[in-house]
Amino acid sequence: MPATYIRGKKTDNMENFIEVKNLSVSFDVRAGILLRTIGTIQAVNDVSFSIKKGEILGVVGESGCGKSTLARLILRLIEPKSGSVKFDGIDIFQLSKKELRQQRSRMAMVFQDPYSAMDPRYTIFRSLSEPFQIQNSRFKNEERRKKIDDLLKLVGLDPQHGFAYPHELSGGQKQRADIARVLTLTPPFIVLDEPTAALDVSVQAQIIKLLEDLREKLDLTFLFISHDLSLVSYFCDRVIVMYLGCVAEIISADLIGEHAQHPYTKALVESIFKTKPGQKNQAPPLEGEVPSPFNLPPGCVFVSRCKYAQPICREQPPVLEKSAEAGRVACHFPLS
Amino acid sequence: MAENQVIERKHKSPWLVVFKRFTGNKMGVIGTALILCLILVAIFAPMLEPYSYKEQNIELMNDPPSSSHLLGTDEFGRDLLSRVIRGARISFVVGVLSVMISVMIGIVIGSIAGFYGGVIDLVLTTFADLTWSMPAILIALLLVAVIGAGLESVVVAIGLSYWAQYARLVRGQILSLKSAVYIEATKSMGASDFVILFKHLLPNSMSPVIVAATIGVGNAIVLEATLGFLGMGAQPPTPSWGAMMSSGTAYLFISPWVIIFPGIAMMITVLGFNLFGDALIEIMDVKNKESN
Amino acid sequence: MTFLEVRDLEVEFRVDKKPVKPIEGISFELNEKEVLGIVGETGSGKSLTAHAILGLSTLVGGKIGGSVKFKERELLSISENEMQSVRGDQIAFIPQNPMTSLDPVYRVGDQIVEGLIQHAKVSKREAKPQVIKLMERLRIPKADRVFQQYPHQLSGGLKQRIVIAMGLCTNPQLLIADEPTTALDVTVQAQIMRLFSEMTRDRGIGLFLITHDLGVIAQVCDKVAVMYAGRMVEFGNIEPVFNTPSHPYTEALLDCIPYIGMKKGSLSAIDGNVPSAGNYPSGCRYHPRCQHSFSPCGTNVPALNQIEGGTRVACHLYQGKKD
Repeated sequence: MPATYIRGKKTDNMENFIEVKNLSVSFDVRAGILLRTIGTIQAVNDVSFSIKKGEILGVVGESGCGKSTLARLILRLIEPKSGSVKFDGIDIFQLSKKELRQQRSRMAMVFQDPYSAMDPRYTIFRSLSEPFQIQNSRFKNEERRKKIDDLLKLVGLDPQHGFAYPHELSGGQKQRADIARVLTLTPPFIVLDEPTAALDVSVQAQIIKLLEDLREKLDLTFLFISHDLSLVSYFCDRVIVMYLGCVAEIISADLIGEHAQHPYTKALVESIFKTKPGQKNQAPPLEGEVPSPFNLPPGCVFVSRCKYAQPICREQPPVLEKSAEAGRVACHFPLS
Repeated sequence: MAENQVIERKHKSPWLVVFKRFTGNKMGVIGTALILCLILVAIFAPMLEPYSYKEQNIELMNDPPSSSHLLGTDEFGRDLLSRVIRGARISFVVGVLSVMISVMIGIVIGSIAGFYGGVIDLVLTTFADLTWSMPAILIALLLVAVIGAGLESVVVAIGLSYWAQYARLVRGQILSLKSAVYIEATKSMGASDFVILFKHLLPNSMSPVIVAATIGVGNAIVLEATLGFLGMGAQPPTPSWGAMMSSGTAYLFISPWVIIFPGIAMMITVLGFNLFGDALIEIMDVKNKESN
Repeated sequence: MTFLEVRDLEVEFRVDKKPVKPIEGISFELNEKEVLGIVGETGSGKSLTAHAILGLSTLVGGKIGGSVKFKERELLSISENEMQSVRGDQIAFIPQNPMTSLDPVYRVGDQIVEGLIQHAKVSKREAKPQVIKLMERLRIPKADRVFQQYPHQLSGGLKQRIVIAMGLCTNPQLLIADEPTTALDVTVQAQIMRLFSEMTRDRGIGLFLITHDLGVIAQVCDKVAVMYAGRMVEFGNIEPVFNTPSHPYTEALLDCIPYIGMKKGSLSAIDGNVPSAGNYPSGCRYHPRCQHSFSPCGTNVPALNQIEGGTRVACHLYQGKKD
């Protein structure tokens, strides 16, 4: 089996920094006067993967795939139905509330919407001081002020921006401030949930370059969630493709373009509109839409739209197994 | 890669923005002026009143307005102007104190209901709805009957009658803000429920409460007058406007000014608070639209 | 006949008593069976351009200047009443965000029918089968069932098709679509864009597409206009503009976009921010961020001139090379 590399470093012997095993969460749907449960939505279905220290793992998928729910589960912002998440060896679902709060200083999240990620009544400086206060940090006022100024500079903002209110900043500046806030307690692991989705493409490029820079300087580990496959394949080392709560494929980012194993991954790749003008009027790679996640039938979740579906696909859900290219794929008939 | 756009202008806190816009709003300015008048009159009452409000002068009883008694006298020969001025103090104190009581109760109940949800919310909301559906006068009367008449009882009674609307407002705001991104972000930093509730949710919920409270002062003043009219409120010789109007009814055809002037005073006061509150609503609306 | 001819279009607002022009000097043409894309980032004024063409900016206090000729008819000089008969009939507008353009209390089929009977002389009964046929052509599965449903019962992709059907039901000659796929999944986006291409070809209409997504423009449009801070910086056929961009902004913008197979760390960005209306730099609005700016850029506004190859560029680098 070929060894995996992250930016030139062999990772086979490295410990798993984050280890997710059989993680699931479902929501009951109630209806009627007696609020009886009429069905369930399996938001995250038996997801397992691991992240090595210093790695950038991407999660990509369309609406209803569960990527945002997965992010929140990993940080225990919501409780799972089953499964475990080990962060640096610690099972976070076994922690007490107090212990969990302490762990929170080591794992942070950058949110999708920079427009509401900070309390609109707080100045940027006050928002950035808050993590110190919450974690009862031992920094004194003077030190704190200097640290915040340094952080603002680190993310490319002027310390003057500390005096501003969120509504006075542009989208890109707000997102930088949010990243600065996340960095105040120097967490080694950061989850980024669509951090650039609300931004213009030129601002997105600035933020991505900032993230590349920070990862390098501070040896950070990222879980990067996005619906944009091109962005994820560029920025991340490995990619998880999700569909309706299940993992379809885990694949190295440089192999996605030509060597996707799962039909859905291939369809996603082919759906991308390249900026090189090309042949117009091609048939769309995938018809129909993501079906409702409500009371899914047995079998593979992708069966309703898959070109290659066979009877077994409707009866038995595929298991996530090693694929041809040192990744994993959940498919009865992977494309290789 | 420093950002080119350094913010040079002075940073306006959200409050300053509201203030600036307020001064441009005519209704608000008039309302503020009226309220300020009330406050000044209330504070400086002893200096403003030409006579003592309780000085009786039987010979002058029921005198119409004249140069020596600008608003006339009541059935005990007391100067009406002085009594109306002194009455401002009572109305103001009762109005503000009772609203403060209502708001505090409302905040506590509303935030617990909104934050914790579930059964707690259900119980508290039902309780609030029950209180809300009972006429305030009824509640106030019941309470005064239990506690006894007098100004303190009136303040407490009014405070306990009107809290439901503030609870509702706070609960509503907390429910909608609970899922805001910055709340989730604060939680992900390890903040306790307490911090989230008191440092973020409540401060951001206060705008509609403030607006409702200003209009609520007007309501409280009217309720105090009603209670006073029914003899439940301030006891004589304390010149509550309502009590003055009540004792004046007997003399409606003899000296109608005893009812008219306190009535006008009350009307102007309530109008002031309502205009102020309306202006606030308009401004808050604009602010919300602008930030979107 | 040039279907749609726009010359020096501008909109003026008064902000705090000062005149502000969020768009000015917009000029382009569109022919039938052609797809024209307007691309730009936030603050570029692309949506406002569409609204100005439809005469909708006056509703929010803006004054429209310049010329908009639709089939040789000057739209900016006709009355609001006449404009209303043009809007929805000959020129259809598909607004952003189908979630909010559909009324939640009416069935979707009825909403399309409403749009049709306002302009065509048909009764509701006659309209229904026409609408269902249109829905089928837009590949709405089980169209007669969907006709009866309410917006909240439909998925994003279906809602978007309904909104498109509302635009097409009167057989317009010009279709203006504002960010038609922003809220949709990428696999659904591919389907909707194919629809647009087919419609343009089969019905001989002109399609005016507004979006910030350069990939969509590259694969669907015949011509493209690039906007920056309220001005048009480049206009031409899609291949020359995207393969060999002339304006520095177009080039920088295309370089910002990641693609599969891109070398890690090679993404470039444009420093700085888009200026907001009222704070535009003097001269060329892009010059503070431009790698190639030189002396005239800060003082003189570059005119939109045609260069070799047919593309029009507003840049001082090309001022001496007029075609």
